[in-house]
Amino acid sequence: MLRRTFAAGALALGLAAPAAAQQQPVEIQFWHGLTQPLGGMLEQIAADFNASQNQVRVVASFRGSYPETMVAAIAAFRAGQAPHIVQMFEVGTGTMMAAGRAVKPLHELLAETGVQIPFDDYLPAVRGYYSLRDGRMMSMPFNSSTAVAFYNRDAFTRAGLNPDEFPQTWQGLEQAARRLKAAGIECPMTMAWPTWTQIEQFSAIHNIPLATQGNGFGGLNAELRINNPLMIRHLQNLVDWQREGLFRYGGRDGQGDALFPNGTCAIIFGSSGLRARVQREAQFQWGVAMLPYYEGVQGAPINGIIGGASFWAMNRGPNATRSAAENRGVAEFFAWLARPEVVRKWHVETGFLPVRQSVFRALEGEGFYRQNPGADIPITQLLRGGGQMTENSMGIRLGGFVEIRTIIQEEMERAFQGQQNAEAALNNAVTRGNVVLRNFERQNRQ
Amino acid sequence: MQKKVIFRGVALPVALLLPQLLITGIFFFWPAGQAVWSSFLREDAFGLSREFVGFENFVDVLTDPNYLTVVWNTAVFSVSVAVLAMAVALFLAVQADKAIRAATAFKTLLIWPYAVAPAVAAVLWLFLFHPQIGIFGRMLNNAGIMWDYKINGGQAMTLVIIAAAWKQVSYNFIFFLAGLQSIPKNVLEAAAIDGARPFRRFWTIIFPLISPTTFFLLVVNLVYAFFDTFGTIHALTQGGPGLSTTTLIYKVYVDGVQNLNFGSSAAQSVILMVLVMAMTAIQFRFIERKVHY
Amino acid sequence: MADAATLAAASRRRQTRGRVLAYAALVLGVLVFAFPIWMTLVGSTHDVGSLGRGDVPLWFGPHGAENYASAWTTGGAGTRNTFTVPASAMLFNSALMAVLIAVGKIAISLLSAYAVVFFAFPGRMIAFWLIFITLMLPVEVRIIPTFEVMVNMNLTNSMAGLTIPLMASATATLLFRQFFLTIPDEYVEAAKMDGAGPLRFFRDVALPLSVTNIAALFVILFIYGWNQYLWPLLMVNDRTLETIVVGLTKMIGTGDSQNEWNTIMATAMMALLPPVLVVVLMQRWFIKGLTETEK
Repeated sequence: MLRRTFAAGALALGLAAPAAAQQQPVEIQFWHGLTQPLGGMLEQIAADFNASQNQVRVVASFRGSYPETMVAAIAAFRAGQAPHIVQMFEVGTGTMMAAGRAVKPLHELLAETGVQIPFDDYLPAVRGYYSLRDGRMMSMPFNSSTAVAFYNRDAFTRAGLNPDEFPQTWQGLEQAARRLKAAGIECPMTMAWPTWTQIEQFSAIHNIPLATQGNGFGGLNAELRINNPLMIRHLQNLVDWQREGLFRYGGRDGQGDALFPNGTCAIIFGSSGLRARVQREAQFQWGVAMLPYYEGVQGAPINGIIGGASFWAMNRGPNATRSAAENRGVAEFFAWLARPEVVRKWHVETGFLPVRQSVFRALEGEGFYRQNPGADIPITQLLRGGGQMTENSMGIRLGGFVEIRTIIQEEMERAFQGQQNAEAALNNAVTRGNVVLRNFERQNRQ
Repeated sequence: MQKKVIFRGVALPVALLLPQLLITGIFFFWPAGQAVWSSFLREDAFGLSREFVGFENFVDVLTDPNYLTVVWNTAVFSVSVAVLAMAVALFLAVQADKAIRAATAFKTLLIWPYAVAPAVAAVLWLFLFHPQIGIFGRMLNNAGIMWDYKINGGQAMTLVIIAAAWKQVSYNFIFFLAGLQSIPKNVLEAAAIDGARPFRRFWTIIFPLISPTTFFLLVVNLVYAFFDTFGTIHALTQGGPGLSTTTLIYKVYVDGVQNLNFGSSAAQSVILMVLVMAMTAIQFRFIERKVHY
Repeated sequence: MADAATLAAASRRRQTRGRVLAYAALVLGVLVFAFPIWMTLVGSTHDVGSLGRGDVPLWFGPHGAENYASAWTTGGAGTRNTFTVPASAMLFNSALMAVLIAVGKIAISLLSAYAVVFFAFPGRMIAFWLIFITLMLPVEVRIIPTFEVMVNMNLTNSMAGLTIPLMASATATLLFRQFFLTIPDEYVEAAKMDGAGPLRFFRDVALPLSVTNIAALFVILFIYGWNQYLWPLLMVNDRTLETIVVGLTKMIGTGDSQNEWNTIMATAMMALLPPVLVVVLMQRWFIKGLTETEK
């Protein structure tokens, strides 16, 4: 009843609009989940776009953290008041892909409006994460990061390690951690975003499947495969190292971030986006390195996957679509985001990836990465193994992945507390995660 | 009960009742009905497809071993909070009852934590037990006890219990003190002349006299621990590590708001509603009995 | 005789000793209870460096004024890179929300209790029971569907949405009903004889008689409103409407050690002071309200 009344009200307003449309710019609601200062920089990009023309006005507003923004957008959609564009973190991608008529696929939007975006120039890892298997884009990539290792060069020197040679393998890293520990460093290694850096990135780099169906790209009937021998070996190592004092579990999501810049831990596996904070806060010499791999694993290492967020065009509600003018406005804003100068500015100022390869090459040519050593490591790592992605390193396309990540974190935490071994933890995570996947499959059989 | 002398009219009383009934209808009964209805449905997050599944959501919830873990957590948490908050309050109330002259002053000094929001109470205790900045957190770590409530489930549970109980002591204190002060003095004097030792005197004479208060407080404290501690848990541990501080209410929030599992979350809400009804019924049975006394 | 005298003396000695122990226990209790506040108050007067390094101060530092000023005006946004809201704005939101909820609840409950007690009309008891049953539906257990109702009514991110749904109150209605029942029938008869209608009786008799009850309830409900957490957390994601209790926990985020702990502590003090002051200053009404609403 209520819903219908509001829909009717909205319809009435919509009918009144066309007369005024000639003069008034189309208003595009854009919800994002970036805190300051990133949120301000993003809003500035929208403001620049607004100033560049008078047909479209993008109204950007902060709606809380990524998960909060996601919940708000979904609730608004159910009430027929969804924003035109919502920023969605990468774990929400599977949910959005399966959202049917709630979203307007990017390839459709571009085809209908005739707006061109040169996706050939985008980094393959970025393009792959947000496209269908046949390469058609579903959402607009924007702020992308990847996981890397940051290390304390001073601590390496103190432990008699060469600060220019960060170990490439986990075997080497274990030795290094022992040396650091022996040199009196209380916490040699830690991690942030535990599942992203130690399960998702790990699987991609070692070219092993995280789930069947090509990590879910092939269909909703995917099943988790993280209880494989290599993954068990790695998690068991982490648990053993934690007991030995070589490794410290820093907490869920980004909680571990703080342990590196304040000098507590000598090595952290975290988001490349941590760079800006390390630069600002660390009182020591530091370096950036690629994520390690296990020596002797066939075909490893190859490229890692990305994190961050992309922009999704949404329909207004279950029974409401957008006007051609609105679609055009959204497409033009997306095209603005793909401009080289916008991509470049965002990369240089924030430490997120330069999503376009031409921007990366141009900066390389100007010597930007010589002046900012390590800033190119994320890109190099995404192109590791020749830049030929396999179905294990394209990305992850699982529905309900927000919940699955929480489940994996919970089971990992129980392993770190000594309540179960790595094998049991991963088996439990697979069982519980598959329940989520099956429920999602069932709910989205349309 | 009904007054003998009353005003006539229908329109006016209905108009007076209207605001309350409107709010109750729109914001209580409608959503509660929705919760019951959704608990029989399975929906995707966007509300584009729904399917009637009967009691499947309930079966899934009740057979999920994690739900049983959460039930256990809730029991441990609620009972600990109630026992801790009531024991400390009773002890302090007995002392304040002795020190008659300063009882009012002590009352003022002990009741204010009631006014502190559960989430703020959690933050205050976080300042004390944070492994890096908290005085106790650091002390424990320096003493060689690995203290980090973000990793250790038992420690996390201990911390949320303390933070939740701290705030509730004031409330219990007020009621216990009132209960103690209402015990006739001659009863106490008679007991004293009997020569019973104070400790024995307390358990055999005083405690039974305040047992209605104790029972009432037990229900109130359990209800508090069940429903009003969401903020404490959200601010301190967010239900972790693992599931170790996830309570029933917290799980409704996580499944409904974070995981967008509306069917399961609704089924859990319905289970909780039944639970609240049972608790309210017990509370009113008890009050009836007290009235009859 | 001598035996009785020694017994009495022993008893008196025991009483004195008991009193001393009682005072000691109470003083200790008060100290334990105040300790978290003391540490927070002290911490809020130090600079972020000394707290971040883990020096735990037990006595005041020199930075109090600037910490409170920065929390008040910027929420610490000047130096830290998360989105913060000035404490002054959050305090205003909390105060407005708490007052609106308390006043709304009292007004609505007064009216409905008056209707139920002083009128006989069909459906009276049904109405009463409908209100009464809501005791069994705390907002926590119906939070998701309530959220959806709010979204459908376009009430999220508004002060109206924050307050109106919380204004229904079974306990307050029960309390006023209880109280109205104690008003002697003679008053009503006298009023009727004077030709006073129900509205005038309400204004001239029932309302003035309820003043102490209203004051007592106000204290309880103000605290109830001020301390709301889950509701504003879900209902508001527009930061300009942030309340201080929710805002405070958002400042802490995930318990990150790079937090500006001094500003957070100053904000915590500001978040707890108003309701604590209300309780301490209105203690008499507070205790009356507490014991009567729970009866």
